Amino acid sequence: MTDLKFEDCLTRLEQIVGKLEAGNLPLEESLTIFEEGVGLARSCSRYLEEAEKRIEVLARDDSGGVSARPFMWEPEKDT
Amino acid sequence: MSADRPVLTVSELTARLREMVEERFPTVWVEGEISNFRLYGSGHAYFTLKDADSQLRASLFRSRWRRIRFEPADGLHVLAFGSIEVYPQRGEYHLVVELLEPKGLGALQLAFEQLKTRLSAEGLFDQARKRELPRFPRKIGIVTSTSGAAIQDILRVIGRRFGELSIVISPCKVQGEGAAEDIAQALRDLNTLGDVDVIIVGRGGGSIEDLAAFNEEVVARAIAGSKVPVVSAVGHEVDFTIADFVADLRAPTPSAAAELVVREKQAVVDTLAQLRARLERSAARPLRDLERRVDELTVRLRRGLRGEVSRAGHRTALATRALRAADPVARVTSGRHRLEGLESRLIVSFTRRCDRARSGLRAAVARLDSLSPLAVLGRGYSLTRARTGEFVRSASQVKAGDDVQVLLQQGSLDARVTATREQDDRPQV
Repeated sequence: MTDLKFEDCLTRLEQIVGKLEAGNLPLEESLTIFEEGVGLARSCSRYLEEAEKRIEVLARDDSGGVSARPFMWEPEKDT
Repeated sequence: MSADRPVLTVSELTARLREMVEERFPTVWVEGEISNFRLYGSGHAYFTLKDADSQLRASLFRSRWRRIRFEPADGLHVLAFGSIEVYPQRGEYHLVVELLEPKGLGALQLAFEQLKTRLSAEGLFDQARKRELPRFPRKIGIVTSTSGAAIQDILRVIGRRFGELSIVISPCKVQGEGAAEDIAQALRDLNTLGDVDVIIVGRGGGSIEDLAAFNEEVVARAIAGSKVPVVSAVGHEVDFTIADFVADLRAPTPSAAAELVVREKQAVVDTLAQLRARLERSAARPLRDLERRVDELTVRLRRGLRGEVSRAGHRTALATRALRAADPVARVTSGRHRLEGLESRLIVSFTRRCDRARSGLRAAVARLDSLSPLAVLGRGYSLTRARTGEFVRSASQVKAGDDVQVLLQQGSLDARVTATREQDDRPQV
C-alpha cells in the first residue's frame, strides 16, 4: 500500500473484476489480472487490518515554522 | 461698492456647490422611504427618498439593477448607498444609487451579498470546479478550533465509523478578530504540511456574527486554492456561508461532514469482501468459455467419428464437468493440464483410427489385386502388346516383321513376328 493508495487499489480491483466478469479476455490475460486482483484484495485487507488511529495537531512555533504533534484529546466513547 | 462685492455667476456657484457636495459625499448611506418610483423604458429608474421633513431625488441606473435583490416600490423603507451628484442644468442634486436594500438587513448581510456576487461572477462557485471527495481517504485534515464543539463531533463520528484513520487537526480561531485570516492560514498549512486527502473546515452553530469569519473573502480564497477537496461544515443546517458556496461539498453540520467524508469501516470491509467474491467467481469464466468450446468440439467429434474417439470425447465431457466443480484457481491450472492430456489422447486415438483405416485399405488392395486381370499371368499366360500399345487379340492385328512386347508374370520380352496365321490348328471352342 505504499505506492498505491487504498482508494486506487480498490478502484483497480473493481476494474479487474469488471473485466473478468465481461469475460472476453484470453485465458492467459485473465489469469494474469486475476493474480493481480488477488494481490490487491490482499493488500486492501491488510490495510484495513493494520490502519491505526493517529490524531495529530499542527502547531506553529515562534519562528513561524509548523510541525505536527500528537493530539491529546480523547473522543467520548459511544455506548 | 458693487465692484467689491464678490459676485458669482450661477454656473460658478453651482460648480462650487457641486465640487463641495461631491467631494463631501463621494459615497453615503441614506435611509428613507421610497416615493414616486418610476421605471423608464431606458431601464433607468427615478424616485424620491423622503422622511417626515425632507426629500431627496434619487436615480437608479440600469447597470445597477442587477445588484438589487428586491422589488423597489413606493412606501418601502430602504437603505440606499450611493454618491451625491449635482446637475447644474436643473439646479438639482441626486443620490445616484449603487445599492438598495430593505431596511433591516445589516451591513454584514450587504457585505455577504456583495462578496457572493463578486465571487460568483469570478466562477468560484461553479459546479464544474467542485471536486469529488475521495471515497477512502487515508488522512483527513480538520480546520477548526480545538476547543469547540465541532472538533468533538467530528472526532466522535470518525471514531465510531472508522476509528483507525489518521487525522491532522490544523487549529484556528473560528470567530472574533483575525479569525478569517487564521482559518485561511490553517487551510494553507494543511495543504503544505498535512499530506491529507480531504479537509473539513467549519465550526459549530452560533449567531450570524459568530459565523462571520466564514463569510470573508480570505477564507473563500483559501478554500478555492486548496489542493485537496474541502468540505465545509459551518453552524447549523440553515446557515449558509460564503465558505459553503466555495467548498467542494457543503455539509449541514460538522457531524454530517464527518459522515460524508468517512464511510463506515464495516461498509468498506463488506465492499472488499464482495469484490473478492466476484473476483473469484469471475476468474473461472474464461475457463468456462473454453470448456464450452471443448464441449461443442466434442459433440462434433462424436458425430464425425466412432469408437475410441467418441469415448475420448465422452471422457473430455466428464473431465470438463469435473473441472467445473473444482475451485477456481486450481481449476485453471489443473484444467489446463487435463486439457493437454486429453488433447494428446485425442491425437493418439485419432492416429489409431487412421492406422486401422490404412490396414483395411491394404487388405482391400490385396483383394483387388487378386481379381486383377494381370493375376492370370501367374498361371503361365502372357499378353502381347503391339507397338501402338494395344493388346494383340488377333493375328490380323500384326504382320511379319512387326516388333511386339510380350508381358509375362515376371518381366517382359521384346519379340519380332516371323509369320502370321489367321487360322491355326487349335480345336475350336
